[in-house]
Amino acid sequence: MTGRFVGVIVPVAILLAWEGLWHIPGARMESLSHPVAVFQALFHGLLDGTILTSTYQTFQAALLGFAIAAILGIVVGVFLGLAPSVERIVGPSIDAMRPVPSVALIPLSLMIFGFGVRMEALVVAFACVWPVLIITVSAVRGIDTELLNVARVLQMTMVDRVRKIILPAALARIAVGLQLALAISLVVAVTVEIVLNPRGLGHGMMSAQQAMRFDQMYAQLLWIGVVGWGLSYLGQAFLDACSPVQRVSRIKGQQ
Amino acid sequence: MKEHTRSAPGSTSTAAAIQESSRNAVPPQIAISTNELTMAFGHGGARRTIIDAMSFQVRQGEFLCIVGASGCGKTTLLRLLAGLARPTGGSVEFMGQTVLEPARERAIVFQDYGRALLPWRTVGGNIALALETCGVPKDRHDGRIRELAATMGLSHAIDHYPVQLSGGMQQRVQIARCLAQEPTLLLMDEPFGALDAITRQGLQDEVARLALERGTTVVFITHDLEEAIYLGDRVVVLAANPGRIIEDIDIDIPRPRNQLTTREDSRFLAHRHHVYGLMEGH
Repeated sequence: MTGRFVGVIVPVAILLAWEGLWHIPGARMESLSHPVAVFQALFHGLLDGTILTSTYQTFQAALLGFAIAAILGIVVGVFLGLAPSVERIVGPSIDAMRPVPSVALIPLSLMIFGFGVRMEALVVAFACVWPVLIITVSAVRGIDTELLNVARVLQMTMVDRVRKIILPAALARIAVGLQLALAISLVVAVTVEIVLNPRGLGHGMMSAQQAMRFDQMYAQLLWIGVVGWGLSYLGQAFLDACSPVQRVSRIKGQQ
Repeated sequence: MKEHTRSAPGSTSTAAAIQESSRNAVPPQIAISTNELTMAFGHGGARRTIIDAMSFQVRQGEFLCIVGASGCGKTTLLRLLAGLARPTGGSVEFMGQTVLEPARERAIVFQDYGRALLPWRTVGGNIALALETCGVPKDRHDGRIRELAATMGLSHAIDHYPVQLSGGMQQRVQIARCLAQEPTLLLMDEPFGALDAITRQGLQDEVARLALERGTTVVFITHDLEEAIYLGDRVVVLAANPGRIIEDIDIDIPRPRNQLTTREDSRFLAHRHHVYGLMEGH
């Protein structure tokens, strides 16, 4: 086995042990189900479209919330990063709101929007906006003053300054905040669905559990792991492709 | 050729430019002047005067070098001339107007090219930044970029990123971007301080040639007294603590100057002895 695949040993061993345990008389626990049944349930769920529909619903809310948070976080973050005096005024309010658990917003969001994608997206957006906002503020603060002086000497307009100097210079760090927010978005979306929103993968898992279909429950849990990894991978690839600084460091690496 | 579309100073040939600058020199117009310029930082007992009541004038087309040891407020002075900082006392006047903010006519070449270039833009893109903000029409960018790159010996590097270039090449990019602003005043803050001797000498000659050709006024800051004498029409010598002018010397060595013969010229050596003595004495 080559070095690349040594990481597979542990999960395969666990699956084998799990499957083995199911077949030992007396050791079997119904609530644990077993890998063969779980993979069968996953296969069926994907084939009949139920898991895909749930995935679509979860992603819809997660990505909508993420997009709102990304736009809001970057816009407000750039503004606060450029206006330290305003940041001093609103900073304490932000620090006070930030520790509020996002799920504590579920009752409020439910009251505003009722069940559905919008209430879920609002909770996701609340959870995701903080990492983007805080990292954007510090990224803008961290831009070299000499670059800002270049903009001043050229008498660039504020819009040009943001578009041509500040965003490109801060993007590599903002991308870190976006990557964090993307991971959080899926976590919060599934949480809202498990708690009460009757849609998506979270709700699917709760229904399976209540129907004692543990194979389906594990199948969806496994699936969430897979799509979560996929989302983070695609997000990183997208940000790398967009980031001008990343592009340049790749060029440097090739030399 | 796009020669005829180029705007005023750049389009003239060397000979015409020399003639023109000497014609301009007859009624010497003041490009930039300082009046009792003072800059202090801190408050109360911790207050330190960095620049103490400096007054000098720079004529149009003149190459002024300001030389001084570290700590005499050279960089602060240049930032005041650019309008990047406001003085705590006195004033800077550019073409008769008090300087309050930076302006495109006053380009500044920062010492640290690594911090002043946009790392995510190519050489051409960095030059384009100035063209974009100066309102040069998009369809003329390529031509201007090629022209400026050729002027600064960067033709082969237009599509390279700054990280792919040597320090000397990066400083050339910064100078090209400043020229793209079509400044009437070029402020240079120890631009060659971080470069090796050979690269530095090559760039000194190019900057001297460009300033002469274009009739650009240059204020050049350095701690290297030989560089100051070699480049300057005039050398202002500063002393530290607080930063102040101790002497203002006319350099009577004809142009074009030569790295070998000028530096062996008796007048050059005499100035070198004199300025060295001044800098030692303070």
